[in-house]
Amino acid sequence: MKELSLHLLDIVQNSISAGASRIEIGITDSQQRDLVEISVKDNGCGMSEEFVQRVTDPFTTTRTTRKVGLGIPLFKLAAETAGGEFKITSEVGKGTLVYASFQHSNIDRPPLGDLRGTLITLIQGSPDINIIYTYTTDRGQFVLDTEEVREVMAGVPINEPEVLNWIGEFIQENEAELSAE
Amino acid sequence: MKSIAELKAIREQMQSRINMRKEDEEGIRVVVGMATCGIAAGARPVLATFVDEIGRRNLQDVTVSQTGCIGVCRLEPIVEIYEPGKEKVTYVKMNPEKAARVVSEHLVNHRVVEEYTIGAAE
Repeated sequence: MKELSLHLLDIVQNSISAGASRIEIGITDSQQRDLVEISVKDNGCGMSEEFVQRVTDPFTTTRTTRKVGLGIPLFKLAAETAGGEFKITSEVGKGTLVYASFQHSNIDRPPLGDLRGTLITLIQGSPDINIIYTYTTDRGQFVLDTEEVREVMAGVPINEPEVLNWIGEFIQENEAELSAE
Repeated sequence: MKSIAELKAIREQMQSRINMRKEDEEGIRVVVGMATCGIAAGARPVLATFVDEIGRRNLQDVTVSQTGCIGVCRLEPIVEIYEPGKEKVTYVKMNPEKAARVVSEHLVNHRVVEEYTIGAAE
């Protein structure tokens, strides 16, 4: 994966497959703390303790097309290569939290990349899931809650192109504001 | 800065169109593989191109959805097109340029772009 935002897209697909109705995505991008953090917390079906132990192993997967699953191992590797850490905690019936950190200045840290593209892809594919996206930098924080968008749209699906476009621009403007030097 | 008022205006515009659409349901389905293999190979911009082009051309009877691993990871990004009454078409090794061409030729003019299909790749 060339961008952290692609890892994020991949990891959130797991939450969607786990039947989550609410997914909290947190991004920290802090030069002052020399830290990049990505967290995904969902209320999906969760995993047993035994499965969590095995889940970072590439030969563990729930998919049936073949016996390998690379999403989580690749994400873990990316974090550990860039001086960060990877954690996953889960409880059956409650949900899962995936957390990865990276040293901001580490030469092996992939760029965050197109976060807007990832968010739009997720909302396009799962318009009925509540996605709460929090983006934090040294300059402040911004939150997008798709529940609020859904309320305004009152019955019009939020994955219509015009709405996705609005959400995309909303994310882009806020991120530009928070990342400006 | 984008405002909620703007979003409300979008909603007003769309409401009538959405209601009209519900009457004839059977349309074309575009399905993009969005598992680890697809994402790593570049499925995200392919999906974005389909959504943008379909929106821009205002194709009302086309829906875009995502699926997991289709099973031939080495040919990702893979896009499947289901048209009522026709055989499924599987496009492989897609990119945004190819996606734009599939929209104009296949979705608009109903001509399959043979050279991008799995049959041509294998």
